[in-house]
Amino acid sequence: MKFKAMTAVAALLLSVPAMTLADPDEDALVVNGETEYVTETSAPAHLSDVLDTIYSGWRFREDETQALQMDDFDNPGMVFADLGLDQWNKVEGEAEKSCASCHGTPEESMKGVRAVYPKWNEAAQEVRTLAMQVNDCRETNMKAEPYKYTSTEMTNMEALISIQSRGMPVDVAVDGPVQATWEAGKEIYYTRYGQLELSCANCHEQNYGNMIRADHLSQGQINGFPTYRLKNAKLNQTHDRFRGCIRDTRGHTFEAGSPEFVALELYVASRGNGLSVEGPSVRN
Amino acid sequence: MAEGVKPRVKAPSSAAAGEAVVLKTLISHQMESGQRKNADGTAIPRSIINRFTCEFNGTSVIDIKMEPAISTNPYFEFEAVIPEAGDLKFTWYDDDGSVYEDVKSVAIA
Amino acid sequence: MEFTRRDTLALGMGAVALTVLPFRANAAADDAIAEFTGGAAMADTGVTLTAPEIAENGNTVPIAVEAEGAVAIMVLAAGNPTPGVATFNFGELAGAHSASTRIRLAGTQDVIAIAKMADGSFARASSNVKVTIGGCGG
Repeated sequence: MKFKAMTAVAALLLSVPAMTLADPDEDALVVNGETEYVTETSAPAHLSDVLDTIYSGWRFREDETQALQMDDFDNPGMVFADLGLDQWNKVEGEAEKSCASCHGTPEESMKGVRAVYPKWNEAAQEVRTLAMQVNDCRETNMKAEPYKYTSTEMTNMEALISIQSRGMPVDVAVDGPVQATWEAGKEIYYTRYGQLELSCANCHEQNYGNMIRADHLSQGQINGFPTYRLKNAKLNQTHDRFRGCIRDTRGHTFEAGSPEFVALELYVASRGNGLSVEGPSVRN
Repeated sequence: MAEGVKPRVKAPSSAAAGEAVVLKTLISHQMESGQRKNADGTAIPRSIINRFTCEFNGTSVIDIKMEPAISTNPYFEFEAVIPEAGDLKFTWYDDDGSVYEDVKSVAIA
Repeated sequence: MEFTRRDTLALGMGAVALTVLPFRANAAADDAIAEFTGGAAMADTGVTLTAPEIAENGNTVPIAVEAEGAVAIMVLAAGNPTPGVATFNFGELAGAHSASTRIRLAGTQDVIAIAKMADGSFARASSNVKVTIGGCGG
C-alpha cells in the first residue's frame, strides 16, 4: 500500500498515543505550611448550565511548579511585591504624597480589595480594574504620572495589593450597574477569534484538562493574577495573558486597558467567584 | 547598580547553637544570557550575576559560580550551620561590577 | 511523492527519535568535566541530582543536588549552547552539602552533576529532562 508523504507522517503522529487526558490533580494548596487555599469549589450560579466545578489554574500544573507557590520564599513573584512596597512608600508627584500618605500600610487599607475587582466606580460611572484605580489615585490624588498599564511598576503594585486578599474568595459583582459590561465580557468569551477561530470557551470550558500540544489546559481562571510565569520569568497581568491568548488564535488582539479587555476581565473574574485569591501565583 | 535588583532572603531569626538551618535566597535580576537576539538579529550581550556567596561571621557557608544557564531571578536554597550568634552575609556579584548584599542576624535560642 | 509502508515507518521513527534524543550532544560538556576532574574516574554513587522528568517550561527548571562530604558539586547541561550551569563550593559552615536552584534548558537533554569529594575522588549523576516546545503558551 502506498501513502502520500504528508498523510504518511500525519497518520503516524496521530497513531502515537496522545498524552493521557490529565484532569486537574488532587493536590491541596497550602502556603507557608499554614494557609490552605480554595482551589476547587462549586461553579457560581451564572455558570450552572456549563460547569459544575471550578478549579484554580494551580491544580493543572506539574508538582514542581506547584511547589514554587507553596512558600513565600520559593515564590519568585514575591520579590516583585517587595518592589511594589518600595513604590507604595515612595513620595511622587506634585502633591508630594506616597500611597502610604493616605492609605497607611497595605495590610491596613488594601485587605479584601483585590477580591472584588474589577468593580463599579460610582463617581466615574464605569467598571474599573485595579490598574485603572491605581492610576486614578496617582493622577488625581498624588498629581503623579500614571503607570503604563502593563509596566513592571503597575504589575508590582498589583502583586502587593493582591497579597492583601490572599486566601479570600473572589467575589466580583455580575449584576447591578456592572451588568452591561459583564454581558459584553461574556460575549467576548464565547466569540471565536483569529485565523484559528477559537473562543476562550473552546479551550477553557470545553477542553480544560486536555493537552493542547505541550500545554495542559486549565479553566482559564484569573484568581492567581498577577502571575509569575516560568516562560518569561516575570509577573504577568490578566490583560497580558488575554493578549497572548488572542495572538495564539492568530488574531488581531485588543489592547491592554481597552474596554473589551476590561469587560472580559470582569466576566472571567466572575467565573472564578469562590476560588481563593492566590496572587501572585506561579504558573508556566 | 542595575535598576530593580532586590534581594529576598529567608533566614531564621534564631537557632540552637550548632543547628543546621535552611536558607532561601532570591534576587530579582534579568540574567541576560547572551543567547537572545535583538529585533535586528544582533545578540544582546551577556549580563548576569556570576557569583553568589554566603558567609556567617566571616566564615564561608557556600560560594556559587553562576553561569548563564541559571534562570532569571536566581534562586538558591542551601543549609548553614550556626555555631554562635552573628550575621549571615549574602553577596551577589554582577558582570557589570555591581555588588548586591543582604545581611540577616541570627540569635542563639 | 509516494512511500511504501516501510518508508513511512522509517520516516516516523526518525521523527519521534528527534524529539527525544538530546538535540545537541555537547563535546564542551566533556571538556568541562575533564577540567573539573583532571580526567579521574567518577563513581556512579555519592551524588544525587533531582530534576523533573518533563520540565513544565525550559526557561525555569527546578533542580537540586546533594553529595554528603562533597567539597564542590558542578552542574552541567549537556545540550545547552554552553554547558556550564553552576558550581557549588561548600564552605566550612555549610550544613548538608546540598543546594537547589532553577535553571534554563534549551531543549531535551541530560543534566549532569559531578561531585568532588573531600578525599579527592569524584562522583557523577545525570538525569534526562524532557523539554517540550509548543503549546498555546501565549
